[in-house]
Amino acid sequence: MKKTPFYEKHLEFNGKIINFFSYLMPISYSSIKEEVLAVRNNCGLFDVSHMGRIEVSGKNYKEFVNYLITNDVFSLKEYQACYACMLYEDGGIVDDLVCYNLPERILLVVNCANVEKDFAHIVKNNKFGCQVKNISDDICQLALQGKGAESFLAKFTDFDLSQINFYYAKTIKILGIPMLVSRTGYTGEDGFELYFESQYAHFVWDGFFEKGKEFNLLPCGLGARDMLRLEMGYCLYGQDIDADKNPLEANLSFVVRFNKDFIGKEALLKIKENGLKRKLCGIKFDGKVIPRRKEKIYDEAKREIGFITSGTFSFTLNYGIALGYLAIDYSQTGNKVYLEGGKIGEIVRLPFYQNGSIKKFKKGV
Amino acid sequence: MSLVLDGLYYTKTHEWLKVEDDIGIIGITDFAQKELQDIVYFGIEETLLGKTLRKNEKFGYVEAVKTASDLYLPVSGEIIEINKEIIDNPVLANQDPYGRGWLIKIKIKDKEELKDLLNSEEYKKHIGE
Repeated sequence: MKKTPFYEKHLEFNGKIINFFSYLMPISYSSIKEEVLAVRNNCGLFDVSHMGRIEVSGKNYKEFVNYLITNDVFSLKEYQACYACMLYEDGGIVDDLVCYNLPERILLVVNCANVEKDFAHIVKNNKFGCQVKNISDDICQLALQGKGAESFLAKFTDFDLSQINFYYAKTIKILGIPMLVSRTGYTGEDGFELYFESQYAHFVWDGFFEKGKEFNLLPCGLGARDMLRLEMGYCLYGQDIDADKNPLEANLSFVVRFNKDFIGKEALLKIKENGLKRKLCGIKFDGKVIPRRKEKIYDEAKREIGFITSGTFSFTLNYGIALGYLAIDYSQTGNKVYLEGGKIGEIVRLPFYQNGSIKKFKKGV
Repeated sequence: MSLVLDGLYYTKTHEWLKVEDDIGIIGITDFAQKELQDIVYFGIEETLLGKTLRKNEKFGYVEAVKTASDLYLPVSGEIIEINKEIIDNPVLANQDPYGRGWLIKIKIKDKEELKDLLNSEEYKKHIGE
């Protein structure tokens, strides 16, 4: 069983620990509801060190990463980041990731469950002879999320954080510790992710919570993280996307650049030409209904038309929400869908939660 | 550690039963609410009122964010009351599982059946505490 450098802090803060892909992680500390609302209304801190961090450098490293992922590395300015998919030749998804264009190297932040698989995939396709390093254990990662994140973080640095735009990063000192700080996240709220040497984990955590008392900073677990991302309609690898799904049907076309070469491009072009068979949709349910993953979706005539990939009861919106694949002919917004047990849902536009503080439209993006 | 109160009866499916004369008050244990975490609602139909169910029969279900679970009657009896407060405010079962978080009251049919339930020591063992 693996632990992040913050494990002792999770115990100290009464985290309820679960086994998450062989990592001992907190599902919540206080309650999922309290933590979700803290992020929506103020600010919450997540340990996301279980994510994988892979660095690619050496001659032609940009060409190599550009060949590995669907988004365009060459369109990124220095210290800019992008979201992307990494595909198999057949267009199935190896992983979804965040790619940072750092000086002399690229940092790929990947899903915890996929680190070894991704690393093997990258090494296998390394026809450019680049250096590929798994730095997951050396570097830890915190996510500070919520509209209060910037004013909170400002207490610990002289740097003017407003200079970091959405999906940009900067190496600055927080609490005197050098960190890569990016305006990124998985919650739909403004906020930052912090990358720094694992040896400073406890020092930073304690520093934040000492000041955090007056700020009502709440530690948040994986339960809140999952609900927050689902309220935004963000995909989770292993549930909404996997090797059997392609990015076009998963609504991820916005990170696929067909004007360049990448693994899986030919397959995607063929899929596009033949037309999509199914599409990932957001489904809203009336009242106190909790749609569950793997539930089958039916039309009014009881014909099976799809399946749920993620479902929960949203504490922000107070109704059941789900992501699910629907046969393309049934995937229009406004359509009614039916689950077992009389649960009735309606296809809606994503995100479910429209009032997030995410600063998507700041200049420079 | 989960709270296990002395003087109550327990089931292996994590319901508790408090007996007052021939009336039984039923809820879910502290261990159960911790396992379930954020409870969203209890599905206990009002049509159950006045009905007699057998021991181990399902009387409803609980839906939490992460999981759902059925609720079973510890002993046979007639359902005489459903806690309205818990239907409107299910988080009470998280906050006060042995108090305001109670679920239903029954009229116990056969007190002999109490022998088959766990006492607090046996229940502690059952949940490994």
